Amino acid sequence: MEFERLVFSFFNADVAARYWLDIVDGFWVTTYLGLAVIGTGLSIGLALAVARSFHFQPASFLIVIFADAFRALPPLVVIIVLFFAFPYIGLSMNAFTATWLALSMVLAAFAEEIFWAGILSIPKGQTEAARSTGMSRLQALVNVILPQAVRITIPPLTNRMIAITKGTALGSVVAVHEIIYHASSGASEAGNPTPLTLGALAYLILFVPVVILSRWIETRFAWKR
Amino acid sequence: MDQILQYFLNVAIIERVWPFLLSGLGMTLLLSLVIVPAGLAGGLAVALIYHLHLRWINRFLIAYVDFFRAFPPLVLMLFIYGGLPFLGVDLPLFATVALAFLLNTSSYYGEIFRAGIESISRGQVEAARSTGLSRGQATFWVILPQAVRNVLPDLISNTLEVIKLTTLASVVGFSELLNNARNAQALTYNATPIVVAALVYLVMLWPLVRLVSRLEHKSIVVR
Repeated sequence: MEFERLVFSFFNADVAARYWLDIVDGFWVTTYLGLAVIGTGLSIGLALAVARSFHFQPASFLIVIFADAFRALPPLVVIIVLFFAFPYIGLSMNAFTATWLALSMVLAAFAEEIFWAGILSIPKGQTEAARSTGMSRLQALVNVILPQAVRITIPPLTNRMIAITKGTALGSVVAVHEIIYHASSGASEAGNPTPLTLGALAYLILFVPVVILSRWIETRFAWKR
Repeated sequence: MDQILQYFLNVAIIERVWPFLLSGLGMTLLLSLVIVPAGLAGGLAVALIYHLHLRWINRFLIAYVDFFRAFPPLVLMLFIYGGLPFLGVDLPLFATVALAFLLNTSSYYGEIFRAGIESISRGQVEAARSTGLSRGQATFWVILPQAVRNVLPDLISNTLEVIKLTTLASVVGFSELLNNARNAQALTYNATPIVVAALVYLVMLWPLVRLVSRLEHKSIVVR
């Protein structure tokens, strides 16, 4: 009896048949949002780390403030400030934009720190050698330092990317139509948690391969001790 | 400028909602004080069991850790919050939220402790064992202290993530800081409570961010 109730509640075929298409729609929104966040966040993070490597004090100071603030603020708070607070001063944006912008800023802050740590980890002699062959500072950075720096940044960067794409679920709070939005509205509409099970499955389908890939990357790029 | 002050940092509204925000902050801290130690303990247990190198148990532990790494904590929380009543289990809201965060957090801490333990060379165990320490004693007195020191930046950085995670509890109406700020915003038709809550998070967590940065940069220089 208990088992039947469990199946009826969480694995109800009728309910699943009614809602699985919604979940698939959500799946694509989540994927799209995640990829957009990764693209924007990594680009901004890399640009900021490169800008910081020119050691122009006022710029570096602002970059550090930015990186610190967005690493300290919980992502949900950033989303809510963008979506609920900014309209009061005439800056409205839709839920998707708010979530994308908030998560991109958070990823950019973390990525900047990771890239910067990578750049710092390369001995100064590398820059000096590159510069002495006649390369400009930017050329030395792009052709000599970054290719070496990226290697040690990959494991922490993958972890951060997984964390931030999981953060796309936060978009449901401002009604972005991603997986969890469809799953929880379906569950309350049907009075049955099966859509939540479907949503959970969708996340596993999306993220388990990524987590396994990240384990592989971690061993592949690990420092040889 | 006036508009920004009126809607983002309105002093009259701050005075009115401050006690409400403060009680939310209290709940945020209380929740963190429950999840962080419990998560650390759970994670340490996971790592220590892993360290026994029992093949099937380790496969299960890796599956457990990967499962919760792949699962967004918000989904887990909504699943537990929305699902448990259907199983006839009626937990108080605090317990529901804490349970969801704990499952998530302990797997992250477990992964960190495991990396720490694996970073200690085998010679250390062998040397400790040869002095007559038992396996348990060697782990406790020789491995763990070094392991923890090696992964301290990661442990602190994960603790920061856990505290930030507590904001998700607002989604199910748990009265922590963000939840109270949103309610206050709806009641006052003014964004000040949210902005103030964001500033509170910033002031509270900035020192932790600085600490993590310092420790991480130090470990790079040491290498």
